[in-house]
Amino acid sequence: MLPSYLTMAAILFCIGLYGALVKRNAVVVLLSLELMLNAVNLNLIAFSKYGVVPSLTGQIFSLFTITVAAAEAAIGVAILIALFRMRGTVNVDEFDKMRR
Amino acid sequence: MDKWTQTAWLIPLFPLTAFLILTALGRSYRRAGVIIGSLGSLGAFAYSLFILVDRLANSPLDYNKSFEWLAIGSYSLRIGFEITNLTSLMLSVVAFISFLVQLYSAGYMKNDERITVFYGYVSLFTFSMLGLVLSDNLLSLYIFWELVGVCSFLLIGFWFTLPKARAAAKKAFIVTRIGDVGLLLAILLLFWYMPEHALDFTTIQSVFDGQSGAITNGITTLIALLIFVGAIGKSGQFPLHVWLPDAMEGPTPISALIHAATMVAAGVFLIARTFDIFQDSAAAMETIAYVGGFTAIFAATVALAQNDLKRILAYSTVSQLGYMMMALGLGSLTGGIFHLITHAFFKALLFLGAGSVIHAVHTQNINEMGGLSSKMRVTTWTFAIGALALSGIPPFSGFWSKDVILAVAWDTNPLLFVIGLATAFITALYMSRLFILVFRGRPSAASAGANESPAVMTLPLIVLAVFAAASGFIETPWNGWFGKWLTDGPEEVHASGVAIVGSVAVGLLGLYIGWLVYGKKRLSLAARQEKKPWFVNMLERGWYIDELYIALFVKPLKLLSSMLLAFDTHVVGGVVRFAGAAVSTAGRTAARLQNGQAQTYGLAAIIGFVIIVVAIVGRRFLP
Repeated sequence: MLPSYLTMAAILFCIGLYGALVKRNAVVVLLSLELMLNAVNLNLIAFSKYGVVPSLTGQIFSLFTITVAAAEAAIGVAILIALFRMRGTVNVDEFDKMRR
Repeated sequence: MDKWTQTAWLIPLFPLTAFLILTALGRSYRRAGVIIGSLGSLGAFAYSLFILVDRLANSPLDYNKSFEWLAIGSYSLRIGFEITNLTSLMLSVVAFISFLVQLYSAGYMKNDERITVFYGYVSLFTFSMLGLVLSDNLLSLYIFWELVGVCSFLLIGFWFTLPKARAAAKKAFIVTRIGDVGLLLAILLLFWYMPEHALDFTTIQSVFDGQSGAITNGITTLIALLIFVGAIGKSGQFPLHVWLPDAMEGPTPISALIHAATMVAAGVFLIARTFDIFQDSAAAMETIAYVGGFTAIFAATVALAQNDLKRILAYSTVSQLGYMMMALGLGSLTGGIFHLITHAFFKALLFLGAGSVIHAVHTQNINEMGGLSSKMRVTTWTFAIGALALSGIPPFSGFWSKDVILAVAWDTNPLLFVIGLATAFITALYMSRLFILVFRGRPSAASAGANESPAVMTLPLIVLAVFAAASGFIETPWNGWFGKWLTDGPEEVHASGVAIVGSVAVGLLGLYIGWLVYGKKRLSLAARQEKKPWFVNMLERGWYIDELYIALFVKPLKLLSSMLLAFDTHVVGGVVRFAGAAVSTAGRTAARLQNGQAQTYGLAAIIGFVIIVVAIVGRRFLP
């Protein structure tokens, strides 16, 4: 069972990575980040159930990750709103402040 | 041992202190500068006079004191000072003339803006020259040797706003440097071959005593000739004499002090100091004698046709230095040093007199002068004494010293005797020409408003005139006291009726012909000047030696350097510019990557990560 979970998680991660790197809309980028985090969660749970040494630690760890992800999403959206207010756009291409 | 002798190292410190104070004071203290500078050399003179008197009265042994300067492995380099009869005499002469010249400069340089700087340089020169004389080994002598060269450079180029002065200073520096390389090579050779690498004069004296055989004949000759090359450069001997006439662009007191009396005599002094090396090599002695003799007559002929007052005296200096070299080459240390001393007095006198004239008439061309004898009595009389001493008319000093040299030449080398006699004749001729054109005849436009120089300038003239007249009596054909005292050897008297009669006869003949041509105008000057014969032109240009050097050395060197310059700008510079352009292009390309887009950065990170993963994983599939 483990390989199919891992394959699933890898696919999920790649989709998230693709979205985070390619999408113009900042909201979609944030969504893609969540996808990548959830792919990791899936891995944690899969290993905790079907790994060489099954243990509950993985599942507990994934709960923590979800919490952190929620906080991250809140902060991310807050930053995004602030950016939108300042620049009037959510287009990632136009956020090039790091250049200077 | 006398306490003055034991503390002789203090002597150079007087002018050095003066130099330091003058440098610290700056330009505003004009009067104080003059006083401090003069006091420095007066102190040095008084001190060296005590030592000289002690040596004259008690004739103690040579005093040498040295300390370890450098210890390299088992070799230790010692420097110190040495007082011998020769050095004590030179000390007094150098300090004496330096003092008189500084006194004179108080009048001559009065209106110069940088008079304090001038006195500082002169003090530095006096320090270096005294140090050179006191040195007990060749290495410290070489250091001071270069120092006097620097001072000479600074003082020739003292009026550096004049392009000619700048050029002359550079020329003097470069030409003497050629000679200095010879001296340096000689010192290196000595260091290499001497037992225990000793460089001090005492050891040199004992090693080159003619029988120890520690150093082979060939090497001895080579060392002697290389030392002589150094002396050629410094003492303006042919073929490196070209800098000395040009050096007359400097202030006249400097010409008197450095380029007539002291520094140019350093070459003669150097040979006298290392005389034992030369005595071991007959070939080197012969070379010196012939180079000296040739220089003497060569420079005298050039002096005959010069129109610049100071250039005549400069060529005359070259000629007289040739005389000294000839004496040394003939084995007469006494003759060389004796002539050095008397020449120092009468040539300094002549230069200072010339300075007094230039100060009054504001030109250096002797054809524009004339009739000054009634306006400048002191200058005329003292200059006349100097001219008679230089022409070798008894009883003035130049006669006695020239007579010693001619007598030695008569005994050993008839050819050089003839050359010496001819030189004496030409010398008398150009001096009478100079004297008559400047002081006799009808006053010219330039000399109409001339007045006698102030007392501060005429006093040194009078003092020097006394010495120029009387200093010859320390060594006469019937009294060899000076030679005995100087060389510490047996009393040698080269009395030769031929030499005495010959030198007086040619001296008087030269003066008489000069008077006939320039005084009585038996030969029409106007006709002569309209169309100059080719040989007068040749003499005026100094036998075209300068032109020859320009064609032989300067032009090819300039061509070579312009080729090297082209290589440097186009090839070397091209490579450098290419390297710079390549780097900045690479930088611009790399800078384009930084576009501020987080997504691009992320992509780059991912690509990097993938490369690492591929590399790690791919390694497994490699054999």
